[in-house]
Amino acid sequence: MWYFDSPKIIFGEGALAHLEQIEGRRAFVVTDENLVELGFVKTAQDHLAKAGIESGVFSQVEPDPSLQTVVRGADAMADYQPDWVVGLGGGSCMDAAKAMWVLYERPDVKPEAINPIETLGLRQKARLITIPTTAGTGAEVTWAIVLTDTEDERKLGLGSRENLADIAIVDPSLSKGMPPRLTADTGMDALTHAVEGYAASWANDFSDGLCLKAADLIFRFLTRAYEDGNDDEAREKMANAATLAGLGFGNSMAGLAHSLGQAIGGVFHTPHGRAVGLFLPYTIDYAARENPLRYAEIAGYLGLPCASDAEGAGSLSRSIGELLGRLEQPLSLKEVGIERQALQERMGKLIENAENEAYTVVHPRVPTAEELERLFLYAYQGQEVDF
Amino acid sequence: MIKFATDEWAKALMEKINESEAYAQAAKTWEGDFYFIIEADDKIPEPIYIYADLWHGKCREAFATTDPSAKEPIFRMSGPVRNWRRVIEKQLDPLQAILTRQFTLKGDMVKVMRAVKAAQELVNCTTLVPTEFPE
Repeated sequence: MWYFDSPKIIFGEGALAHLEQIEGRRAFVVTDENLVELGFVKTAQDHLAKAGIESGVFSQVEPDPSLQTVVRGADAMADYQPDWVVGLGGGSCMDAAKAMWVLYERPDVKPEAINPIETLGLRQKARLITIPTTAGTGAEVTWAIVLTDTEDERKLGLGSRENLADIAIVDPSLSKGMPPRLTADTGMDALTHAVEGYAASWANDFSDGLCLKAADLIFRFLTRAYEDGNDDEAREKMANAATLAGLGFGNSMAGLAHSLGQAIGGVFHTPHGRAVGLFLPYTIDYAARENPLRYAEIAGYLGLPCASDAEGAGSLSRSIGELLGRLEQPLSLKEVGIERQALQERMGKLIENAENEAYTVVHPRVPTAEELERLFLYAYQGQEVDF
Repeated sequence: MIKFATDEWAKALMEKINESEAYAQAAKTWEGDFYFIIEADDKIPEPIYIYADLWHGKCREAFATTDPSAKEPIFRMSGPVRNWRRVIEKQLDPLQAILTRQFTLKGDMVKVMRAVKAAQELVNCTTLVPTEFPE
């Protein structure tokens, strides 16, 4: 028994204008200052105004939003009393919007206690629209919320199926002109979702096709989007791919690259997509030594050499490494700029964080604490996994 | 073979937990006791409560009872015997089972969500008990 969840998705050039068809009274936009300056927030507010909806804005969402930011935003939301919440931005803004919405509906709940086990009873006050402005996180179609506990230096995987958006608006024009580094980081996040969503032990018939199609689109279009931010076709395909991958892994699970990447991100503040993308080949190689089948299936779908399961998994890992090279992404933690001594000093915390991620236990091969340490060290050196 | 959800089974589980280095490592900071509740059905005439006092990677006490007031544990995980069997036989992922409400879990969710590895190792311990389920 399992579920498949999805918002209503409006996609393609001009999709943002769907805001003019929304029925309601007041909308509260959760976003960041950069998107205010770029004019995206004003554009969204103009569309809402045409629907007769007045809107307020909380624009203080930072990268890797903290529990404290979410509480502050929820207070502002409670003052404004919206009947729509709009998460506009990258994964940080959309995740913050989800969490603020929960707290607005349920002021008795603490953000770190948002969980998929207890009933929240949302949608008594408002509903949620998500609008991604990058092409990567898939947060527009997942119920997961990643917040940072700054005191514990840990990213918290939270969320409830109830906090899935009602409407996701995927308009590729919003990611046009996105800087190359952000394009690469977010695109690699999407690829990691696609690959891990397919390989996870929670994968299912409903998520598989989404993950495969997303991986195919990303391999074909990410480099183009990186090299030319105004390549309309590449932007559109990457926007769609990120949402497909979000649906795929959101209805399956992510895997070990996310555990390791989030552990690193929680301590060293490495951008999420850069971190998980870096770990993806290492975690494929690690799992494939015992369980290569699912990676080989992806390789087969992508038309990579795949005479045996082991060869297929190896082909996939190598292709991802080559893609990282084309995107000029770091291939090791050393290249990320992390000092070896700092890594060693924080190793206990990194291992503890990684092994307590649910992603870890659904990976095709579940590592011990010792193996997690080796994976961090191998990824630091850029060394091929041989264990 | 040991009959499932008997006091003997609870004691055997405690032994497996205390023998497990993997559990000791994963749960080294865990503090919290459980009732694992087997709901009544046509094979189980009344609910059975398996109490386990889990503390810093060890199980300090375990027993089976039909008296829910025997202890006041901070966590309660409840489900029918068929679902317990599927988890113990590794046919059902316990986390997925909780997410789909095939088990109910009550207690401090913040705490339990930060102990994924310990939970996995605990399930691994249950698989090591040679268990006879009611047919």
